[in-house]
Amino acid sequence: MTDEMDLVFKALADPSRRHLLDRLHGEAGQTLGALAEGLAMTRQAVSQHLALLEAANLIATVKRGREKLHYLNPVPIHQIHARWIAKFERPRLDALAALKQRLEGEDDG
Amino acid sequence: MAKHAYVYVTYILTTPQKVWEALTDAKISASYWERENVSDWKVGSRWEHRLPGKSPDVVGEVLESDPPRRLVTSWKVPGDEQNPDRTNRCVFDIEDAGGKVKLTVTHSDLGDKALADVSAGWPAVLSNLKTLLETGRTLPDPYGAVANHPKG
Repeated sequence: MTDEMDLVFKALADPSRRHLLDRLHGEAGQTLGALAEGLAMTRQAVSQHLALLEAANLIATVKRGREKLHYLNPVPIHQIHARWIAKFERPRLDALAALKQRLEGEDDG
Repeated sequence: MAKHAYVYVTYILTTPQKVWEALTDAKISASYWERENVSDWKVGSRWEHRLPGKSPDVVGEVLESDPPRRLVTSWKVPGDEQNPDRTNRCVFDIEDAGGKVKLTVTHSDLGDKALADVSAGWPAVLSNLKTLLETGRTLPDPYGAVANHPKG
């Protein structure tokens, strides 16, 4: 459990990897080529980031013919949520998140 | 209507047989998923997903059944079972991953509404399943933050 969480936090510690997760959150099932498009990173760098995210189980991949499709896998993030956020805190935290989002006009914090 | 797919993976310190049981046993599924999964799990049989003692929220057919490795079911809305726009497909792949089990849930043919419901529900269901199989306990109020369970 601890090792799994270490991998998750290490994977999330990098802004490029968080950006890749954002892109998969926006559109599921993308190929490496689609994910690398428009990024200031080589395809090889994107591929390495994706491998790290997959090792942390933050993305799942599916082979379709010669292509590999990538999906955001939020199960480990849900486990972090379940571990530290208590039932009674949720409505207030949701309200605060909604307020922050409205005032700042953004949804990715 | 656009059709979507979603894939979820969780690694669980347990055996494929225990995962299979947890998915197909009415009592165990009710303990971590709130709803019981009911069927004889033979290919062609009907399955139901329902609160204990209530009418089902999801019904469908067992499309493939290879215990304890692979279970494929269709998911339909009770009363609208002939509607292909509201029929989706869920695959459970259970693999031994060296002392752990890799459970992959691939939910496909999802309409827009079903996609929203599924993406809100599966992480909670799978987290709770993992916790149950690894600790024997379930999470307190696992669905408090989730408006909808996975359903068609």
